[in-house]
Amino acid sequence: MNSNHNKSGLSTPLHYREGQGGGSATQYIELFAQCEAMISKHSAEVLNSLRAKAFEDFKRLGFSTRKDEDYKYTDVSKAFEPDYGLNLNRLDIPVNPYDVFKCDVPNMSTALYFVANDSFYNKALPKSNLPEGVLLGSLKELSESYPELVGKYYGKLAETSKDAVVALNTMLAQDGLLLYVPKGVVVEKPIQLVNILRADVNFMVNRRVLVILEDGARARLLMCDHAMDKVDFLATQVIEAYVGSGATLDFYELEENTTATRRFSYLNVYQEADSNVLVGGITLHNGLTRNTTRVTLAGQGAYINLSGMAIADKNQHVDNHTFIDHQVPDCTSRELYKYVLDDSATGAFAGKVLVREGAQHTASEQTNRNLCVTRQARMYTQPQLEIYADDVKCSHGATVGQLDENALFYMRQRGVSEQEARLLLMFAFVGDVVDNIRLDALRDRLHLLVEKRFRGEMGKCQGCTMCK
Amino acid sequence: MDKDSKDYKEQMQAEHSTPLHTGRGQGVGPMGPLLSIKDLHASINGKEILKGINLEVKPGEVHALMGQNGAGKSTLSNVLVGHPAYEVTKGSVTYNGKDLLAMSPEDRAHEGLFLSFQHPVEIPGVSMVNFMRAAVNEHRKYKGLPALTASEFLKLMREKRAIVELDGKLANRSVNEGFSGGEKKRNEIFQMAMLEPTFAILDETDSGLDVDALRIVAEGFNKLRTPETSAIVITHYQRLLDYLKPDIVHVLLDGRIVKTGGPDLAQEIEQRGFDWIKREVQTLP
Ligand SMILES: Nc1ncnc2c1ncn2[C@@H]1O[C@H](COP(=O)(O)OP(=O)(O)O)[C@@H](O)[C@H]1O
Ligand SMILES: [Mg+2]
Repeated sequence: MNSNHNKSGLSTPLHYREGQGGGSATQYIELFAQCEAMISKHSAEVLNSLRAKAFEDFKRLGFSTRKDEDYKYTDVSKAFEPDYGLNLNRLDIPVNPYDVFKCDVPNMSTALYFVANDSFYNKALPKSNLPEGVLLGSLKELSESYPELVGKYYGKLAETSKDAVVALNTMLAQDGLLLYVPKGVVVEKPIQLVNILRADVNFMVNRRVLVILEDGARARLLMCDHAMDKVDFLATQVIEAYVGSGATLDFYELEENTTATRRFSYLNVYQEADSNVLVGGITLHNGLTRNTTRVTLAGQGAYINLSGMAIADKNQHVDNHTFIDHQVPDCTSRELYKYVLDDSATGAFAGKVLVREGAQHTASEQTNRNLCVTRQARMYTQPQLEIYADDVKCSHGATVGQLDENALFYMRQRGVSEQEARLLLMFAFVGDVVDNIRLDALRDRLHLLVEKRFRGEMGKCQGCTMCK
Repeated sequence: MDKDSKDYKEQMQAEHSTPLHTGRGQGVGPMGPLLSIKDLHASINGKEILKGINLEVKPGEVHALMGQNGAGKSTLSNVLVGHPAYEVTKGSVTYNGKDLLAMSPEDRAHEGLFLSFQHPVEIPGVSMVNFMRAAVNEHRKYKGLPALTASEFLKLMREKRAIVELDGKLANRSVNEGFSGGEKKRNEIFQMAMLEPTFAILDETDSGLDVDALRIVAEGFNKLRTPETSAIVITHYQRLLDYLKPDIVHVLLDGRIVKTGGPDLAQEIEQRGFDWIKREVQTLP
């Protein structure tokens, strides 16, 4: 990676800057109009087939501003305003991530894969001993080989008509990851996907992830985000996950980006009867993060455990927006989000739970607890329950607090320094979110990473040789 | 009022000079007080609670501090260990020759000061093990000693737990979380055993303990004492003092020490209450 990117065409700069609010959409409209052929040429038909509609939706929607209720706390328009390069020509990343990347979560014996910027890295793939019938790899390539399978699911959950960033991603995304687990198949080995951001110019990536678990299938997926260079990154990500009847999906996301990274991630989960899904979203280090999570409980007996944690300081910004749709009876949703905000960090949590008419015996529990360590840290929390069924058990609670002064003093009286006492309390505060993790190696490792993060020993990720 | 407090002070100093108060410190040779409180005034939320405390504790001495609820006993304890909610408005405290009030709470602890809290706080999510490891190792660091290894530390935990017969299950839980009143008090003395302070303040450690637990905790405390260990024991009851055998007994009333005597004073209070002392104070010139 070097400065001749532009010359070599690796990055296609957006030259169409406009200053005023809402104007930032224009440069993407012009980019797509000019580059559609190039984008499509380096992608697959299944992905290409949705671009035209996404483009129409994007033009109609434009970027949200903070006047939009769903984006009250994150200014999308502003985030997309600067000039970023894109790799629409799909030039290879000139390093082998398997050589240079040492994961922060070692000893997990995961099946390890990389998406470098927004291309699936399929050179030097490790020998996969995944069960028969499982598909795991480049979304572009697998949708060329299995157009019917991918076409049946791709773009069906992430609606381009409602959100400009989803529309933009659908317009521009050329590749990403596909995981398909056929009926009844259990993938024992956790699958790990590391999203690497590498560039020497300010850079934008748009990636897609499609997860299909057929009835009774089981899989565990850990996705880690690593921005590795000191340029500004803008990453959009759309994840669609179909979870069939009786299927189980554990899905973890660990963000360890630089403060110059803006991340917009959309996770859409669709659950059939008696499916069991665990989502753990952890923002360990970031710049600006907006995670939108939409869960549809479409079959009776479905269970979702949605948990999230954010540790932010300096001027970091973390916004989690969740929507759980109880469409049918007998489903359970448990939601737990915790934030620790230091310095001038900002956090936002908006969690809506909708219990539709007839969705009797719904059990729903939503908790959002936040710790503001300084007076400058700001937390906005907005729980929302909408219930149209009468025989349900629903609760929600949100708190924003400071560290318990009496607990701090108690520890100091025993000789524990104030700083250490604060760390112990902050660490304890997020402990239950970490304990929600059902992957032992990841849970143990996270306890350590969280401690390091609180101790300020982690500017960026730890183990990799790429960023030093 | 100023004039009154001067009277109390003189009264107390006079009593201090009686042979009654040489206490256990005697065997340690001629020495000054370990703790010396002079005309201490302190307030919380702008309200003055301590109104001129004078008190000296020599090495090895055990002082009992008695007085009705609201007199300021816990306030005095908290001020001595540096609770930030209290403001010292006047006076001085010297500990081991050093200006105690200038020290951070953690350094007061490192210098050997320990408070068994009247209401120990629950700290969900912080395990006793992690908490005690941090505390013990910071004490060691202050003394220039290396941190204990994991196995050394766990061995120490086991040994000290035995002294107060603290259930191993409690030691594996979060600090005080879900502990009964009595278990919390036992846990305080366990922590004292771990940290081996030279000056302990027990703030109503006996309340909430049944007869057997009281014996275990009190005998545990006595086992931990060395000839140099000093203590201020705050209690309403003679039964704890029967075990701890105070050298000196003080009565605190409305932020001042109004009466000081020997062990028999505690017995008299047990029988007669405080009213007679209040009347005595009112008739003072
Ligand atoms: N946070 C506070 N704000 C105002 N007054 C307080 C506060 N804490 C204690 N006090 C008052 O200080 C006085 C002494 O309390 P305390 O030291 O706890 O007494 P004791 O331990 O002797 O029962 C009481 O009148 C009590 O109401
Ligand atoms: Mg008290």
